[in-house]
Amino acid sequence: MTEFADDPQTFRAQIRAWLERHCPPEMRSPAHGEDDICWGGRRWTFRSDAQRQWLNAAAAEGLTVPGWPRAYGGAGMSSAQVQVFDDEMERIGARSPLESFGIWMLGPALLKFGTDEQKRRYLPPIARGEIRWCQGYSEPDAGSDLVALRTRAEDRGDRYVVNGQKIWTSYADQADWIFCLVRTDATAPKHRGLSFVVFDMHTPGVTTRPIKLISGKSPFCETFFENVEVPKANLIGAENGGWTVAKYLLTQEREMIAGRARGLHDGRPLWQVVQELAGDAKGRIVDPILRDRVARAEIDALALTATIERYVEDAAHGHEIGDRSSILKYCNAELNQRRQTLILEASGADGLRWDFVRSDGGEVAPAWLRAKANSIEGGTAEVMLNIVAKRLLDLPAE
Amino acid sequence: MLAYTDDEVMLARSADDFLARFASTKHLRRLRDGRDDTGFDRGVWHEMARLGYAGVLVDEAHGGSAFGHVGAGLLCASFGRHLSTSPFLSSAVLGATALRSALASAQRCWLPRIAEGEAIVALAVDEGRRHAPASTALSAERSGEVHVLRGEKTLVVDGHVADAFVVLARTSGRPGDAAGLSLFLVEADRPGVSVRRQDMIDSRNAARVTFDGVRVATDTAIGPVDGAGPIIDDVLDAGRIALAAELVGIAREAFERTVTYLKRRRQFGHAIGSFQALQHRAAQLHGQIELAQSTVVKAARLRDLGDPRAALFASVAKAKAGDAAERATDEAVQMHGGIGMTDELDVGLYLKRARVAGTLLGDRHLHADRVATLLGF
Ligand SMILES: Cc1cc2nc3c(=O)[nH]c(=O)nc-3n(C[C@H](O)[C@H](O)[C@H](O)COP(=O)(O)OP(=O)(O)OC[C@H]3O[C@@H](n4cnc5c(N)ncnc54)[C@H](O)[C@@H]3O)c2cc1C
Repeated sequence: MTEFADDPQTFRAQIRAWLERHCPPEMRSPAHGEDDICWGGRRWTFRSDAQRQWLNAAAAEGLTVPGWPRAYGGAGMSSAQVQVFDDEMERIGARSPLESFGIWMLGPALLKFGTDEQKRRYLPPIARGEIRWCQGYSEPDAGSDLVALRTRAEDRGDRYVVNGQKIWTSYADQADWIFCLVRTDATAPKHRGLSFVVFDMHTPGVTTRPIKLISGKSPFCETFFENVEVPKANLIGAENGGWTVAKYLLTQEREMIAGRARGLHDGRPLWQVVQELAGDAKGRIVDPILRDRVARAEIDALALTATIERYVEDAAHGHEIGDRSSILKYCNAELNQRRQTLILEASGADGLRWDFVRSDGGEVAPAWLRAKANSIEGGTAEVMLNIVAKRLLDLPAE
Repeated sequence: MLAYTDDEVMLARSADDFLARFASTKHLRRLRDGRDDTGFDRGVWHEMARLGYAGVLVDEAHGGSAFGHVGAGLLCASFGRHLSTSPFLSSAVLGATALRSALASAQRCWLPRIAEGEAIVALAVDEGRRHAPASTALSAERSGEVHVLRGEKTLVVDGHVADAFVVLARTSGRPGDAAGLSLFLVEADRPGVSVRRQDMIDSRNAARVTFDGVRVATDTAIGPVDGAGPIIDDVLDAGRIALAAELVGIAREAFERTVTYLKRRRQFGHAIGSFQALQHRAAQLHGQIELAQSTVVKAARLRDLGDPRAALFASVAKAKAGDAAERATDEAVQMHGGIGMTDELDVGLYLKRARVAGTLLGDRHLHADRVATLLGF
């Protein structure tokens, strides 16, 4: 592994040189939607040689998760160094070598609540893109009111036996392992009887059934558990203390969802996309109302990006983002939906065809439809506002 | 880059303490109800100068404190919170920034006096109902070694107490042309200058200033004659960032007072703040104010660093902060119910100042248009 220098200037130069050498030219452009992202996992087939090379080069240096400790597959960078790394990636337009629920959600939760043995076992395969994880929280009768979940885990000495059903489990049919919120004490008040367990999706008794979305794709599933045996060593945090882990993970998820706004989704500013679709020879968006709406969306995009930058800096100074992630999540969802609607409108009747793509290859109608989920997944817009009102503004419950 | 330094945090704290004691809404009411001629308290302004506020954008060689735009923004946010009146925007921001492009002799003459709070230098830009520098018709015709100014300016902030004006004039072309503009420094006591105070809804000071054949030496030009465009943009952007910062201060204060009221006021047997319809509006507003604040810090920081994106962010900040302040003050009135309509409650003062500060140097619609132009669509 490369020894990176402490001195900020040398460090930046080293990162720049490393990226120059190892990031394949094909990977220096934003990914087009979820299908173009490298998710990793046992069953992963690389979309291109460049995708494989990029993952392997980054994983060898711990750069898929630069902020994690080296012992767990990261590069051990400080948050200031991660910032520099991100800047340098952005400078050359590099996409992430690897994205996953393991990196975004489970990893941070394990770093905070896992035992050393659990960290050693689960984190490095996440960092190397070898194991792909899915998230088993939601159930048919437990969505926004997550603590109403009913999937039970019965105590059988050295293991639990899990029975129940999850729903909306993203990529459950392609994932290797699942992190799951289950009920271990049916008598305790709702959130006190929950535990956080992890297990292999190949364990007997686990089945998945894909659900088709309005976008025509099937990125998520119903997931069924029938007498699934889970060793107790797979419990993360305390028994019946799962809500603490799950809540922390949710704030990470919300930060991540918003954080991806940094490059604004597919990396290109909205105005450029609309300009290509509806600009005149000089690049002016002719319709004044469309131009005005794009301008306002750009203002909000710059404002959100600056806010993320400010919160991340705060966090580096010890003021955690915490519940403020709900502000970011809410605004990001609203903004991306506006963005996709404007692109669709600028495409006119063409945008209504399934096969219509932008000149840079980006999808139009499917992206617009996919964005509708932004204000539902990871906690709905209304739930985000409830959190802001109650926890940040301290407004009373009725 | 967006986090405040320790010095900046200290500056903001001391400003808050000072303004709460000497330049709060209580003082604004006293000035308003006493129909004070000056419109602010000169003693307090001198004290603010002593604390270094008047010289925030003046370099140390000219006696300034050189806190920069982030520092200026922090002060403005405090002014917004307390609704403090002073010639800060006109003289310490607009006047001082313009003068930094003037001849060295003019800088030596005016900048130290601005920093000491001894002189007030106001910017005279607009002529019509809307902020539109390119529409300038006030003419400056050359005649030998002098220029002769003819025309009228409106909404000149602190115009009625200014010792000098930085006047935007047309030296060639016709109204509407972006080119052909020049800036002149004109002392208020020059023959032909007449000033009429305008009574504004925010109880601040603005004036209509007439220039009737005012003769000024050609070396009073700030920047190149006929080519002052870039300087004008730069000066206006300094003012826009300051106003945006003030607007965020206004939005925050109006919002916090509203949230306090939501917790206290009871109807139907509950605190009204427990009603989800109000909770969600409050939460959305909180998010918008957070976003607006980020744009202000970013704009100020970029400017202090000499980053070319500062112009774009000046407009982003003015648009976003104007929007946040408009929403926050509208909601403040609405969520207070009947009492929100009374003069006795301060909320109305915030509403009115937000409207004026939001309009000065271009409202949020004008700046959305400028963002589009600067980005290139
Ligand atoms: C694309 C996508 C991917 C997802 N991936 C996963 C995943 O990998 N793993 C997983 O566990 N889950 C996943 N989810 C599920 C997601 O977390 C839930 O859909 C979400 O929490 C909402 O729950 P629900 O669908 O039951 O809606 P409900 O909770 O029934 O909500 C219905 C409506 O009621 C509103 N509402 C509910 N409660 C309140 C309240 N207290 N105040 C005001 N309004 C309220 C909601 O805002 C919403 O508008 C995914 C969802 C989507 C769309």
